[in-house]
Amino acid sequence: MENGKKSPSSRRREPITDTQLLLTITVCIFIAMYVGAMFIWGGGFKKPQMLFDMLNDNAFLIIISCGLTIVMITGSIDISVGGVTALVAMVSVMILNGNLGLFNGMIGALGLPEESRIFFALLMSLFIGLAFGAVQGFLIAYLQIQPFIITLAGMFFARGMITIISVDPQKAPQELMDILQTRINISWLGSVNKKGVLIPARMEIGVIIALIIVILVFFLLRKRQLGRSFYAVGGNPQSALMLGINVRRTRFYAHLLSGLFSGIAGFVFMMHTGAGNATNATAAEMNAIASSIIGGTLLSGGVGNVAGTFFGVLTLSTIKSVVTTSGLRDPWWQSISTGAMLCLFILLQSLVLMHRRKGGNGK
Amino acid sequence: MQEDIVLTMRGICKYFPGVTALNRVDFTLRRGEIHALMGENGAGKSTLIKVLTGVYPMDAGEIRVDGIENPIVIHSPQEAAGFGISTVYQEITLCPNLTVAENMFIGRSPKKSVNWKSMEKRAGEILENLGIPARPKQQLGRCSIAVQQMVAIARAVDTDCKVLILDEPTSSLDDREVEMLFGLMRELKARGVGIIFVTHFLEQVYAVSDRITVLRNGELVGEYEVEKLPQVALVEKMIGKDLEDLSSIQKSEVQAASETGDLYEAKGLSSSEAEAFDFHIAKGEVNGFTGLLGSGRSESVRAIFGADPVTGGAIRVNGKAVKITKPLDAMKNGIGYLPEDRKRDGIIADLSVRDNIILALQVIKGMRHPLSRAQAEAFADEYIKALSIKTASPDTPIRSLSGGNQQKVILARWLLTHPQYLILDEPTRGIDVGTKTEIQKLVLKLSEEGMGITFISSEIEEMLRTCSRLIVMRDRHIAGELTGEELSQEQVMRTIAGGGE
Repeated sequence: MENGKKSPSSRRREPITDTQLLLTITVCIFIAMYVGAMFIWGGGFKKPQMLFDMLNDNAFLIIISCGLTIVMITGSIDISVGGVTALVAMVSVMILNGNLGLFNGMIGALGLPEESRIFFALLMSLFIGLAFGAVQGFLIAYLQIQPFIITLAGMFFARGMITIISVDPQKAPQELMDILQTRINISWLGSVNKKGVLIPARMEIGVIIALIIVILVFFLLRKRQLGRSFYAVGGNPQSALMLGINVRRTRFYAHLLSGLFSGIAGFVFMMHTGAGNATNATAAEMNAIASSIIGGTLLSGGVGNVAGTFFGVLTLSTIKSVVTTSGLRDPWWQSISTGAMLCLFILLQSLVLMHRRKGGNGK
Repeated sequence: MQEDIVLTMRGICKYFPGVTALNRVDFTLRRGEIHALMGENGAGKSTLIKVLTGVYPMDAGEIRVDGIENPIVIHSPQEAAGFGISTVYQEITLCPNLTVAENMFIGRSPKKSVNWKSMEKRAGEILENLGIPARPKQQLGRCSIAVQQMVAIARAVDTDCKVLILDEPTSSLDDREVEMLFGLMRELKARGVGIIFVTHFLEQVYAVSDRITVLRNGELVGEYEVEKLPQVALVEKMIGKDLEDLSSIQKSEVQAASETGDLYEAKGLSSSEAEAFDFHIAKGEVNGFTGLLGSGRSESVRAIFGADPVTGGAIRVNGKAVKITKPLDAMKNGIGYLPEDRKRDGIIADLSVRDNIILALQVIKGMRHPLSRAQAEAFADEYIKALSIKTASPDTPIRSLSGGNQQKVILARWLLTHPQYLILDEPTRGIDVGTKTEIQKLVLKLSEEGMGITFISSEIEEMLRTCSRLIVMRDRHIAGELTGEELSQEQVMRTIAGGGE
């Protein structure tokens, strides 16, 4: 009971923090599930490409979830991320197609090659993401409006904008997509197919971007004053204020980053699918929230870890693969099992945390 | 400025609309002393602290700090910290989800990156130096409240701190933890920090303080050295001697506890807020809990009613063992409770006077047996008349009534349930003199009809007038029981102060 009162000189190892504990649980469950699937169904799960496909398909979700994890750590929420991702994907495709006159004019006037459209699409993606993040962040942090309502409005706004730009699905030109969909071949992780031909494992550029963002966010949260402020604000905003933290600015940055990441995610999504569509990234915000929660981020704020979120996305995707592989191909089975797993995770988390609260001598 | 004085406040005035919170108050703090700031609730202690830390702007007066030529003006706690004035508040203002080391350093460094190694090393040095039993890497929320408080102090004194304000730091600590905290305070004192210690625990003041400044009704009563001010004298100064002039206290004609046996009896009753105590009340008895604010008197009666989670104790009502762990249990056993905080625990502001009156009766009857509209109207009209509640109509929302009339509505709510035992916690606070006398008369009348009543009031003479037995609380324990001849102003004060040293 009295583990807080031991003499300070005894340099024993610290008991792990809540954040680390939840992360450990997530990683263990992911590995257990994946290895279990390997043994039960073998086949696809034994091939490394299965894992890479998961990453390729979910790169955008990983990026969104990073932003959402930050926002949730500060005790806020952002449900506009899916809408912004879809909007950005649509705008990018339009730019690549040369359908947005402004950019065409600029490219023409500057005499740039057609490939430069990619650059403008990326620039516009970042801009849209930042704009959403900045406006929402300002309203939430400085005017203190409920984040749920603001970002709900943001979500409708973004989805509406897509239809204004184009009602019909758009496809990016193939020659530009060939550049964007360059795959990285990892031959030593490849597998030999039935005909005895080696097929190398393939990874998309988007995965690299997602991994870089995960690492950057990891260091931001761990090593930067701003990152630690996210935790402080989420833990107790009043205390954070008394500790000399600029609570409003911290909240603003959290939403700004979330917006920026939705922008990047939109571009990555477009790179993966090459299409703009009003129904793109449907429910991505919900999947991102679920991933963050599975990864050990608490909706109540103050606790969370981006490494956990990364594994949260993979866990969620593994659940879906397992359900499909086990023969339940109807889409609702994925939803049902995802829901059940989410419930289980949250139950497990609260049980573990409750047990620790009782065992500890703090409140 | 004298050599060893670190802080002087002169002629501090602070007015709120209609209230003079501070009237020309002086305060002096010397290097390396622990200076207790004492006074009853509303005496102006917290206002003075808030002026000093820049939470409130002062309306007149000047503040000087050692080492600064001119009087200073403080606009915010951050600015106060810049002048070397740090505050540790009663409620912990740290983040429980961060580590101990982070809590000591976050928000202080202008650097953008965090160097965990050097931060933890430095934190470890400070903690060890001050003898605080916490480890830098520990999650703060997993330390005891006392250690969290000490970490807050460590953070405060690490910034070149001359004046440390401890605002009720001990109110949620147990004896051993208080002793730990005192050790730290003495350590800081030896290092030359001037400490302002705000508390309402008299014994703690005498355990650590060098000097005492007493405030009363926003005015300075005086500054005293601890050795020269015995506890009884301190209580007299806090409460105000003028009360002694009220020699015209009419000894009330309350009956002594009848021999019919106890109406309510509790052995070792304790709750999350109150320490274990024994208590009993007989039919027709009026007794009271007294003691300084924070001595545990409200917490004790809340435990009787089950208003805070009850943690132990054996209870008998009319000789039968019963379980009372929540208010509904108490109500079903015929106990009513008029809470101290009328706005929070009493009225439902947007409901009408009538709905507020019938609330408790309806709860006892259960939601499946609703009172008819006609019944509700009859009850409401009866009690509005009986207690002469001044309201435009029974349909008026209770929020638009005056404090005294709101209080009567809550009283009516309980009388309607015909309780055999009624607890009144500060029923006369903040209401006009006329209503006060009415309520006192009503208390006596109800007790004649056989109701047991426990009465709490901060005005001792009011208690003396109505109660036949007084339970005196000090530092969350029953310090004594006074009956009959012992019921005098002086004896009450002696017991509050502790044995009359």
